[in-house]
Amino acid sequence: MGRISTWDWEIGEKIVVKSLSPLQDHGWQEEPHVSPDGETLAAVVNLAAMEFSVRTNDSVWDVTYERIWYPRFSPDGRMTAIGQQDGESALLVDAEQMGETYEYAWETKFSDDGSTIAIMMKNEGLYGVALNGTPWENLFENANNYVLSSDGKHSSAIVQTVSMGQAEIEVFAKGIHSLAVDGNAFPGKYLNLWTPVFDSEFKRVAAQARVSMLDYTITVDDKPWSTVYGQVWEPIFHPLGEYVAAPVRDKGKWGVASDGAPLWEPRYAQCTQLQFSPKGDRLWAIVAPAYGKFTVACNNIPWSTLSPAVTDIVLNPEGDRAGVIMSNNNRDFKIVVDDKAWEGTWDMVWPVAFAPKGLNVAAVVEKNGKQQVLMNGKPFGREFDRIWEPVFNEDGTKVMIRAIENNSYVRIVANVTS
Amino acid sequence: MSHISDRIISDPGLELGVANLTTERIEEVVNQALKGETGAKLKAYQETCMRCGLCAQGCHFYVSHDGDPSYSPVSKATESIYELMEKKGRVSPKRIYEMAQIAYTECNLCKRCAHYCPVGIDTGYSMLVMRRICHLLGVVPQYILDTGNSHATTMNQMWVKDDEWIDTLQWQEDEARDEFSNIRIPLDKEGADIYYSVIAPEPKFRTQLIYQAAAIFHEAGVDWTMPSTPGWDNSDMSMYIGDFENMGRLKRSHYESAQKLRVKRIVMGECGHAYRSVYDMGNRWLGYRDMPIPVIHSVEYFWELLTEGKIKIPKKFEHPVTIHDPCNIIRGMGLMDKLRDVTHMICENVVEMTPNREHNYCCSAGGGVINCGPPFRGTRVKGNKAKADQLRNTGVSHVVCPCHNCHGGLEDIIDHYELGMHPKFLGDIIYEIMEKTDAL
Ligand code: SF4
Ligand code: SF4
Repeated sequence: MGRISTWDWEIGEKIVVKSLSPLQDHGWQEEPHVSPDGETLAAVVNLAAMEFSVRTNDSVWDVTYERIWYPRFSPDGRMTAIGQQDGESALLVDAEQMGETYEYAWETKFSDDGSTIAIMMKNEGLYGVALNGTPWENLFENANNYVLSSDGKHSSAIVQTVSMGQAEIEVFAKGIHSLAVDGNAFPGKYLNLWTPVFDSEFKRVAAQARVSMLDYTITVDDKPWSTVYGQVWEPIFHPLGEYVAAPVRDKGKWGVASDGAPLWEPRYAQCTQLQFSPKGDRLWAIVAPAYGKFTVACNNIPWSTLSPAVTDIVLNPEGDRAGVIMSNNNRDFKIVVDDKAWEGTWDMVWPVAFAPKGLNVAAVVEKNGKQQVLMNGKPFGREFDRIWEPVFNEDGTKVMIRAIENNSYVRIVANVTS
Repeated sequence: MSHISDRIISDPGLELGVANLTTERIEEVVNQALKGETGAKLKAYQETCMRCGLCAQGCHFYVSHDGDPSYSPVSKATESIYELMEKKGRVSPKRIYEMAQIAYTECNLCKRCAHYCPVGIDTGYSMLVMRRICHLLGVVPQYILDTGNSHATTMNQMWVKDDEWIDTLQWQEDEARDEFSNIRIPLDKEGADIYYSVIAPEPKFRTQLIYQAAAIFHEAGVDWTMPSTPGWDNSDMSMYIGDFENMGRLKRSHYESAQKLRVKRIVMGECGHAYRSVYDMGNRWLGYRDMPIPVIHSVEYFWELLTEGKIKIPKKFEHPVTIHDPCNIIRGMGLMDKLRDVTHMICENVVEMTPNREHNYCCSAGGGVINCGPPFRGTRVKGNKAKADQLRNTGVSHVVCPCHNCHGGLEDIIDHYELGMHPKFLGDIIYEIMEKTDAL
């Protein structure tokens, strides 16, 4: 597929797949997915009883499996899915099996450039992660919460390192879980661990930790902070590696702690989804300054636009702007960018996409079953039956819209200013 | 009149917890909790309770123990949380054991007694505060604590591992294809109208319920999905343990798994307590005034499908049925009319229990009592002779019961009192009798 600059950015519109109806020999077809460059549409197809394959544009893979599921495009445009045959699972990439088969496999993840494909796997009842078809050397009684570093070289998961019989609450209370990186478990045992995260150089890993039945903290490279809290959420590393920050709950209020010390004094009814700007000079979060009133805060200063529910905070490349989804509890959705609500309310909206350069920001919205793109808050182009996330070119002057219209898959490139 | 000290039951969780306690620790934790986590409501309850005993008749434990005052709501509160308040936490570890046994196993948090109290005291609330204190003291019955540990580890209550969940859905889909050639259990379908959530006993023990739901949605042409990642279990024993931190974690995972899929709303399977957790407790702990995404119970959804004609019933269920009103969706959420509408739309002969609707007796499994496990089975079964009498007096063979915990509780009562009846989920009956236009 090549780098984004090599994609077809010529202004215009093309029908990539004329008819999305099942091809002649299909029984039926599942929901479509589209490639990042917009040139390929793919969907799992049923050919006959217990016979599945994958359609890409107007052809079908020449392999079939008893089941194919979890179709996903990698960032480099390869079509991946999980195939099952005779009780075994395989990672399928462009119709080829990658690596060995597994007793079970699920949840593919990709490195930023798509060169690494990771998958959760189980063999002989033991769990781990496989990268590009190679499983961890050590497998565990259980593994979950797995992550792949953005360079694709490292993976981490929460693993069970102590066996526990039915309802053995004493064993659980001593700690049965450890943090594992690349299949090697740290020695520390915790009651629970969640959401491991790598630093920007992929040398360190942090996670939420439950160190007693009542005490929660953050552990960094298996060293828990000395301060414990009533509750914590997902930690993140400062991008320059200066510290680890996480939302923490103290005396019934949420704030942010860095390395166990207060960074934002607890004052919120909720605080989630921390994100740093690339230079680390801005820390963003979704917060609730008052019960039932949510918004975005940057460096502990909440926006004035409040809403009963807020999700999906997205930053621009510099990290000095943010867009977010606000709703009246999943109804009457609004897009809010830089503390300003775009005009209109919608039945559904998708997270905003900032142009890599410049000020443009786009989002897909839906009303009465029809979707359209909003560019900087204004309708951009016509309505479609379905639109995937708009993709900007490298200088942010053009946008690619991948959409379904009248049972066809169309790919449109337009000037942002058009 | 009996006393809790006469009926102490051995439980490893309670014993272990109490063994680690000192009177100083109890005093410290109790006062911190009373000061930091409770407010005017609990104090008002304690101060306005006239000890009149009118609540006693409201409680199935009291009724079932021939009016033994020790089982009355006022006595349970007086012997536990009110005593802690009066003594400012200066009680012995042994006394905490007794209080924990009362709060976790002799009260279903069913709130029926609140209807009988002239000043509206909700003893169910007071008992939950008592449980919260027990959790903070580390004195929790073994089996429900293990369930909480499972919740924290897997985000579901039955230690179902990530792959086991997906594998079960795929297995049920395969099975269902023998009946409907192109049926699907669509995983992670972005933008679906509904996200169907269940409780972990379904993939673990009652897989036919997932099959049946898929068949009903298939027949009705519903645009639906289930997630392949954790968050799918809507249940919440952490709420009943008093572990509100873990309750918040569970609900966040539940709501966010649905928000991520951009679905319009969540439809939850036939479970009562899960509903309480999503619309009342978990959401509020997370800072939401309402639910951040609409969640409706299966009773409401079946009502929609039937009244909109998406499901057709050529011939109603012929066996005479009665209706068990699960506390959390009836007293808690007011679904009594819709439950009756649905039952009458699918059943030929409906005989009401007495009392019914918001006055119905709890199944005695609710409030996490069934999750306290085998040591306390006798407590809840003997504590609900009232329900057995209610059931027997209907003279019917089947009980419609849209709640998992109630099913478990009623099955034990039916077995113990030899009633020879069969509890049925609404989904059981609808699947059995609906028109299957697409069936092979
Ligand atoms: S079981 Fe129900 S009626 Fe009895 S005390 Fe508890 S909440 Fe009240
Ligand atoms: S009915 Fe109300 S006031 Fe009377 S004893 Fe019961 S809780 Fe107290």
